[in-house]
Amino acid sequence: MTAWLRRAALPLATFVVFIAVWEAIVRVFEVPPYLVPAPSAVAEAFVIGFARANYLGHAAITAFQAVSGFVAGSLLGLAIGILVVVFPTAERIVYPYVVALQTVPKVAVAPLIIVWFGFGMESKIVIVALVSLFPVLVNVIAGLKAVDQDRLDLMSALGASRWQILRYLRLPNALPFIFAGLNTAIVFSVIGAIVGEFVGANKGIGFLILQANFALDIAAAFALFVVLSIMGVTLHATLQWAQRKIVFWARAEEHFRA
Amino acid sequence: MQPAGRGAALSIRGLGMVYRRGDSAVEALAGFDLEVADREFVAIVGPSGCGKSTLLKLVTGLRPPTSGSITLYGRPVTGPRSDVGIVFQTPVLFPWRTVLDNVLLPADVLHLPRAEYTAKAKELLELVGLGGFERNYPQELSGGMQQRAAIARALVHDAPLLLMDEPFGALDAMTREGMNLELQRIWAASRKTVLFITHSIAEAVFLADRIVVMSPRPGRIIEIIENPAPRLRSMEDTLAPEFGRMVHHVRGLLGGVPTGAAL
Repeated sequence: MTAWLRRAALPLATFVVFIAVWEAIVRVFEVPPYLVPAPSAVAEAFVIGFARANYLGHAAITAFQAVSGFVAGSLLGLAIGILVVVFPTAERIVYPYVVALQTVPKVAVAPLIIVWFGFGMESKIVIVALVSLFPVLVNVIAGLKAVDQDRLDLMSALGASRWQILRYLRLPNALPFIFAGLNTAIVFSVIGAIVGEFVGANKGIGFLILQANFALDIAAAFALFVVLSIMGVTLHATLQWAQRKIVFWARAEEHFRA
Repeated sequence: MQPAGRGAALSIRGLGMVYRRGDSAVEALAGFDLEVADREFVAIVGPSGCGKSTLLKLVTGLRPPTSGSITLYGRPVTGPRSDVGIVFQTPVLFPWRTVLDNVLLPADVLHLPRAEYTAKAKELLELVGLGGFERNYPQELSGGMQQRAAIARALVHDAPLLLMDEPFGALDAMTREGMNLELQRIWAASRKTVLFITHSIAEAVFLADRIVVMSPRPGRIIEIIENPAPRLRSMEDTLAPEFGRMVHHVRGLLGGVPTGAAL
């Protein structure tokens, strides 16, 4: 506990100093609150938001959209990745479309998706899934292919089938890669949900941010940024925890191969 | 030492292998003939690039030969076979599987009953001196222990022939000596036929009933030497004059190989 405290002390002190300096600058130079609000004003807006404007409910909606879309996009990425690696012909047929899809900015497609799937959560989930798909897919393909020849020889010498090689070797071997993709995708997923809400929604943190901006309530906007950060950090930390549990060998892998 | 009455486990006739890459062709192996009796321990020594590992790939059926034939227990080799256990130069263990599960990998792939083979795998781990390490992960073991686990894995599915491709090449001299003694003991206890590839002359002479000495590329057999020393051999036996003479003779054969300018 004391070791943890000692490690946390410096970043914590830096944070306190940063907030104090910000507060001081805003007060001394009388910066108008519609440009940059004081930290105290942001904190006030944060508390009021949760007490009266149902920030928690809106945050839950945004988080739900982000996580559902992330799960859907990741599973799709995993499925397409496996298909492409197991059937090389599929790679030539499917992959160009995937790359083409990736080169189109999702922000540009978002309005169309709102038109197709409506103002509700479905459209946001679709946008998030599209955003999450690519980083997972790319890493799944890379991971499934990055197999040591020795390990392949071992499986082949045992007469293992293509599916056995996938199950016993390629998939576990790909897990560290897949998690690298998931880590990128989880961050993208919050961005995707917000983009969807910006384009058309009547609920969620993105919707609230737009409202706050229109009302020039910049303190509320900042408070909402804090909510988003907390959401992103929580999702990322959860994933990291899962990664450490599931891919427990990854850190030892390099040492192990040497 | 080839007692009569034992059938041939492995029969290699006129084996040749040519690797083609674009317009160039490399002849790795030429006119290779070898008969290995059941339960015999045969070592193959030769300079690097003499096609030792190619020979092993062909015997395992990982690659088809350019010419010649390989027969294992009366059936020609046309692809990977479950009556062969392989130990590679490196342990090739999966870091996401426990030591026990690594040993059980062949059972999983060959759809053998897990319950029955778990007992067998535990016995084998005991045999290779890894009793008590079943639940550990390979990355928690030393290099020598990892290679022992790989040997247990090669033995688990009861393959009568064990192919070993320089299995102790990556180990330090001390560990290697210990592993040679262990392997001899395991071989005697498990009654396997072993084809052992190495570039250590002393290791080959210590372990084998017969030592096959190969020439550089394309690999051909220069001579096959019998080592009649009784089993089990100890490290003291390596100090005997006959042992020294045999090592010296093999070294002479390998040193006398015409290599380009040194002809």
